[in-house]
Amino acid sequence: MAALTDLTITELQSAYRSGQTSPVEALRDLEARIEKTDPAIGAYLSRDFDRALIAAETADISLPLGGVPIGIKDVINVVGEPCTCGSKMLAGYMAPYDATVISKLRAAGAIPYGRLNMDEFAMGSSTENSAYHVTRNPWDLTRIPGGSSGGSAAAVAAREAFATLGSDTGGSIRQPAALCGVVGLKPSYGRISRYGLVAFASSLDQIGPFARSTRDCATLLNVLCGKDEHDSTSLDLPTEDFTAELGRDMKGKRIGIPKEYFVDGMDPRVRSSIEAAIATCAELGAELVEVSLPHTSYAVGVYYIIATAEASANLARFDGVRYGHRAKNPHDLLDHYQRSRAEGLGSEVKRRIILGTYVLSSGYYDAYYLRAQKARTLIRQDFQQAFEKVDALICPTSPDVAFRIGERVNDPLRMYLADIFTIAANLAGICGISVPCGLVEEDGKKLPVGVQFLGKSLDEARLLSIADAFEAASSHPILHHNPL
Amino acid sequence: MSSPNLDVRDVARLARIALSDAEAELFQTQLAKVLEYVEQLNTLDVTNVEPTAHASPVFNVLREDVIKPGLNRASVLANAPHAANNLIVVTKVLD
Repeated sequence: MAALTDLTITELQSAYRSGQTSPVEALRDLEARIEKTDPAIGAYLSRDFDRALIAAETADISLPLGGVPIGIKDVINVVGEPCTCGSKMLAGYMAPYDATVISKLRAAGAIPYGRLNMDEFAMGSSTENSAYHVTRNPWDLTRIPGGSSGGSAAAVAAREAFATLGSDTGGSIRQPAALCGVVGLKPSYGRISRYGLVAFASSLDQIGPFARSTRDCATLLNVLCGKDEHDSTSLDLPTEDFTAELGRDMKGKRIGIPKEYFVDGMDPRVRSSIEAAIATCAELGAELVEVSLPHTSYAVGVYYIIATAEASANLARFDGVRYGHRAKNPHDLLDHYQRSRAEGLGSEVKRRIILGTYVLSSGYYDAYYLRAQKARTLIRQDFQQAFEKVDALICPTSPDVAFRIGERVNDPLRMYLADIFTIAANLAGICGISVPCGLVEEDGKKLPVGVQFLGKSLDEARLLSIADAFEAASSHPILHHNPL
Repeated sequence: MSSPNLDVRDVARLARIALSDAEAELFQTQLAKVLEYVEQLNTLDVTNVEPTAHASPVFNVLREDVIKPGLNRASVLANAPHAANNLIVVTKVLD
């Protein structure tokens, strides 16, 4: 048998069931793997294997995720564990409760054991905005893993996790999944409860899984989804088995190629990888249709108005009163607020709060925020019209392969443009998945390219079926390659 | 859309964030670039377009008004920057 830590969840579960290994052994191997490779990668912020091993000893492997260790992005509350959101503001904070997704994972037998690095409060595309340390891309340690869920993606790629949870507000699952050569799913808005996810932009945030197979993502979605009384935006939907339509080809599927996603400025090597992926879909029996999403070029602008506006309101809670950093010896309440926030928050978070406060401020609200909300309607309509013609869209996940650490830190706008292909899905509330589709060689290192499939809202079953067919035909050499 | 006349110091005061001179200067330049980029929304005709606040088809979600247990007091107070006598100690609000 291959190293335990190389297995997918599905493979690990059959190894449990055939008695070849046990949850305790899997956790011990995982811990050893993390100790060996994480000093170089920096995917984790903290781990609690003592507690996880106690859970593993009594794990019921007959449950849907019985005895399966799952790494958690440091923005999702796990009772008794730190939850720093990659920020000094929450240094020392211990979660007083389990997020709904964690309760659901536990009920399905899964074991949370570690906290994954991220851009501070999920703001960033490279994980360089973490207040703690950078995370390195396992394929090339001089490069970023993407972000904001960079730790979650890097851990899965480095075999330091079987699967992880991340959050996606503008691409924070799909973009790092692409840059690290793993599968990352952003479910539709309303599919999964966000209770216990520290809010960034509430009309856009969604929790989702990272794994080394589409099937594993589907298995996780089965467990994570569902109506929750603690999140009024979670939807009450009939139970579905998202693995039911896996293992098929693409016959009868219509896949749209949005022409606006193939513009100049994309790395030509990424472009040819995506073109090859499109050809693969045709070979698998899909009918390809060119479609237009005419408002695509407005998405980044709309996003950085709406997301920062919502963030400025959500992050007002970090006031140094009930929890989080408090400045020493304030001379009055205003000084208390201003210095607590100045000392606790990093540059990117401050920049976005200031931008968000500005676009909501008196005199500018209509010009920026309201106009952006109207443009958001047009972007949603683009997708609604496209999905009348096709079952899914295919496009790049990111215009570039992983860039070098430090390359873009001084140019926020350029960093924002890294999300150009992922942002519209959040604005429209639809689902999307990134699966590996190619490798590009640079300076003697191979760097993964991800292809993104987008599906209409709540159409995850079909989206996963298409991604799984593509994966079987094309992604396995990347997913099965241990880059370290 | 109005031309960007963002005064970073003024907005940072509204957002209750103290900025150093260096930060204020840097953010002023960087955010001016971002606002210049979003100016492209000006070219979009949004007459008679309804705004979208969120993508969820649910509205006015209500629950039964039933008392349920809240968070454990000790774990909440443990996160407070300053707690005493089972209370969170705050900076003086009134003179």
